[in-house]
Parts: sequence; structure tokens; C-alpha cells
Amino acid sequence: MTMSDEQLLSSDTESSDDQPAPTPGTDGLTDSTDIDTGERSATERTLLEARDLSVYYGKEQALDSVDIEIPEKQVTAVIGPSGCGKSTFLRSINRMNDLVDAAHVDGELVFDGKNVYDDDVDPVALRRKIGMVFQKPNPFPKSIRDNVAYGLRVQGKDDGDVDEKVHTALERAALLDEVEAQLDSSGLDLSGGQQQRLCIARAIAPDPDVILMDEPASALDPVATSKIEDLIEELAEEYTVVIVTHNMQQAARISDKTAVFLTGGELVEFDDTDKIFENPEHDRVEDYITGKFG
Amino acid sequence: MSQPDFSHDGIRTARGKAFRYLFMLCALLSILTTVAIILTLLVDAVDFFAEISLVEFLTGTRWSPTNEPVAFGVLPLISGTLVITVGSALVALPIGLLTAIYLSEYASERRRAYLKPALEVLAGVPTVVYGYFALVYVTPALDTFLPLSTFNALSASIMVGIMIIPMVSSISEDAMSAVPDSLRQASYGLGATKFTVSTSVVVPAAVSGIFSSFILALSRAIGETMIVAIAAGQTPRLVDVTDPAGLFLNSIQTMTAAMVQIGTGDIVGQGEAYKSLFAVGLTLFVITFAMNLVSELVASRYREEYR
Repeated sequence: MTMSDEQLLSSDTESSDDQPAPTPGTDGLTDSTDIDTGERSATERTLLEARDLSVYYGKEQALDSVDIEIPEKQVTAVIGPSGCGKSTFLRSINRMNDLVDAAHVDGELVFDGKNVYDDDVDPVALRRKIGMVFQKPNPFPKSIRDNVAYGLRVQGKDDGDVDEKVHTALERAALLDEVEAQLDSSGLDLSGGQQQRLCIARAIAPDPDVILMDEPASALDPVATSKIEDLIEELAEEYTVVIVTHNMQQAARISDKTAVFLTGGELVEFDDTDKIFENPEHDRVEDYITGKFG
Repeated sequence: MSQPDFSHDGIRTARGKAFRYLFMLCALLSILTTVAIILTLLVDAVDFFAEISLVEFLTGTRWSPTNEPVAFGVLPLISGTLVITVGSALVALPIGLLTAIYLSEYASERRRAYLKPALEVLAGVPTVVYGYFALVYVTPALDTFLPLSTFNALSASIMVGIMIIPMVSSISEDAMSAVPDSLRQASYGLGATKFTVSTSVVVPAAVSGIFSSFILALSRAIGETMIVAIAAGQTPRLVDVTDPAGLFLNSIQTMTAAMVQIGTGDIVGQGEAYKSLFAVGLTLFVITFAMNLVSELVASRYREEYR
């Protein structure tokens, strides 16, 4: 298959400009055939590792014995059809599944050498190392400044110059120029795309090691999506990014590694993004990627 | 084939109209009743104020409608009501709010399913029961370590406070439960504890609902009659700011209790004492009406929009 075949598949970014196969660079995005895999993989070190990780909601199994090694300071995309367990996997990394009464986890999730499901791990402390960005932008009904400063305050990192940290985070999230004059107005007054970048600024302000993103652009328009995608690639210079997406083009464009989950919470294939999209090992993965399934 | 018949059916149309008016009548009934009550209050109060000046009523510091020398200063009654309201607020607002936080944020689904209805049963207890409970159990219990009168503002206001806890907790809990889960997730995701999530995200986002619950509960406390009539006594007494403790420990009289006393006493005819009932009633109405207005204003001003 060719990459333009893929681009015919559903895609948030390209659906509105009526061009089935946009030429590279028209919307400011990296051409998907030319992703920069390899640039960052020189320093490859495993930061997150799942070992035989299973998650159950009540009696229903959402994740089935997943083994995966996620490299540091790269973008790892997690793709798969609805209900395949990709969000469950993401939420098992920072133990957000703990908030679901019926959730139960087997196996290990090792973060920087430590199994986060060990008894002595406090999920509150864990989540301070792992920022999260959600599907729908969810700024607090507070000022832009207080939104970004929230994590700093919660984590007791508000001793130094909070304002400076807020500015830095907004700048890294490529939002500063747009909001610098209105830091004290409500975060809810921003557009959807700005809100999501505000949420990214909020997540990176306390300077975590990992940023988890759960379909961060699925509620956004194409322009806002492309901004978020550019941003994600930049973030990978400093952070380990794990992003769940239902948009395969997005995964191809921005990620270094791609994990494909299929029905039943099973991780079917995990490899360099190029490899997954050009020459996957499994027929089921190829079927999914070419749109024959899912 | 003949055309289908879509023409009007006289009986159906008439029945539709009849129902429409029946429903409207029911809706109007409660409005009419309210208007009638206000008018009655006004007319009799105006009658009263023809004999006792409004200034004398509002600024007088002695209330003695039947015993010579008669005096119709409403301030002692207002201060009695104020004591009960403040006392019950001290009990109900913190306990009610913390209960709401527990129910909304801490309690498991199962526990909440038991606790919330149980709390609402508390709201269904007839107030006369609370009144006797205050008189027969609370006062003697407190009397073991406090110099209490048999009738006192303390046990009455504690009991009124307990009575309005469900109002605070139930309405506040509704407001907190309506805070979108996405905000909690955002906070947890940043490494917040449950306590921080509750206090820094959920409570601020629900503040307009919480405030409404406070005002509604206080209005209820102001208008509460049975508990104070039974347990707080019938001694009109002006607030002595230099001795607030003494005020709680002794018997007082609220506006409502004064109205009960006048209404059930041996007052004959249409004298000033009888008419003063309506003047006090009108005062009470104005106060609670003003509180509801304030509640509406503040709630709409602080209503947090979240999507």
C-alpha cells in the first residue's frame, strides 16, 4: 500500500479542506512519508515497561497481558479500534484506573525501574511525574494563570517565581503569544484548540517526565489539530510522550513508535512507526491500517 | 382509494382545551394563594400601623403585646430569630457542607445509595419531634455542664441546625455531583490528593449551588416555629452583644414563637395585640423574601460555567 491510500482514510486534519491527498506541507504538517523516526532514537532508553499487564473492569478484561517497552524522549503512539483497550493502557501508566472502583490490575508497569503497582507506591506521587492531557479540553473554571499554576501549587512547586514558570509553560505549549495579555481571564473563554494547549501547558508546568495524551486532538478542528501535532513533536525533545489516537495519519505523522491494540485489549504489534505503516508483521495489523477492519 | 381523514375531531379538541385549563388553574392556585396571603398580611399590618407607628415598631426595644405596659418593639423578636439563625448556621453549614463533600467525593457508590436517603429522612421528621427532643434530651444533657435555663436558645438552635443539615448537604451534594468528572480527572492527573481535588476544584466549581443551599437552609431556620416555640421559650430579649453566651444560655423569643403565642393566647377581639401578629408576620416575610432575592442574585453572579 502507499501512503496516499492511507490519507484517503478518515482523518481529522484533512477532512475539511476537500483534498483527498493533500500535498506535503500545505497545512504546515510534516509529510507522513517523511517522519523523523530515527532522529531521536539514538539515545533510546526504556522509560516505561509493561510486563504481562492485564486490566479488568469487574469481570470484563480490558487489557490482556501487555508487554511493551516505551523509549524515553520519543513519541509513542497507541492506536487501535474503539474498545481495544488503548485508553485503558494509557490510564494504567499513571494509575488513573485506580479511580474506577471496579478496576483491577495484574502484572507490572515499570516506570524508571520501579513497578508502579508495588504496594509502597502512592499514585499521587506517581502522577506528579506523569502529566496527562485528556480527550476533551478540560481547563478549570479559573483564570489562565491559575490553570497553569494549579499543578505547581498542588505539588508544592510554587515556591519560586510562579509567574515565570507559568510563562515558560505557556511558551512551551505555544500559547503564550495568544494569551499573554489576558492571563487573568477565564481559561474557559479560550477556543477549543487554545484550551487544549492550555491543558498541555498545565500538564508540563510542574515539569513531569512523561506526558500521556488521550486523543488530545479528537475534539479539535484541523488547524488546531495541526498546532497540537507540531507541539507534540517539540515536546518529545524533553519529555517522553505517549499518545492514544484513533487517527492513524496522526500516529504516522507524529510518532516514532507505534503500538497497535486490537479487540480484547491485546497488543498485537509494537515497532517503529515506519515499519508499522509500511510493512507490518501481522496481517491483522495491516488489515486494520488499510481500513479493512476496525 | 379514499383520502385519509385528517379533519378536526370536536370532542378531542374540547378535551384538549379542558385539560389545558385544568392544569393552568392548578398552577394559578398556588400563585393566587400566595398573593392572597400577602394581601391579608398587608391589610391587617396597615391596620396595626395606623395605631402603632412603624418607627416605634421597628426601633422599639421592648415586646410586650399583652402585659401592661404594652409595647410593640419588634427588635427583641428579630434578635431572638437572629440568635437561632446564627446558632443553627454554626451547626448546619459546616456539617452539611462536609457531609456533602463526603457523599459526593469520598463515599462509594454503594454507601451513598444508603446514606443520602437516610439523610433525607432526617428532613422528613416532624419539627414538633425535634422540639420535644431538644427540650427533653438536649437541654438536660447540656445542663450537666452549662448553666442552662429550662428553655434556652442553645438547644433550640442546635436542633434547628440538625433539622436543616439535610437541606444543606442534599442541595450542595447535587451541585458537587454536577461538576463534570473531567475536572476531577484533570486535578488527579496533576497529582492532587482527593482532599485537594474536593477543596480546590469541586467546591469552587459548585459554589453557587452551595451558596443557594446555605440561603435556603437559613430561610428555613428563620421561619422555623415548632422547635423554637417548644425549646427556646417565650422571653423577648434584645441581643446583648457584650454577653453573647448569656443569650444562648437563656430563654428567648423568636418572631415565629411570638406569633404562635399571640395566635394561641387568650386575646379577644381585634385589638392591637391581635393585629401585631400580622405586623410580625409581614416583617418575617420581608426578611425571608430579601434573603431569597440575595440568594438569586449571588447565585447567578457566581454561577460557574463549565462544559
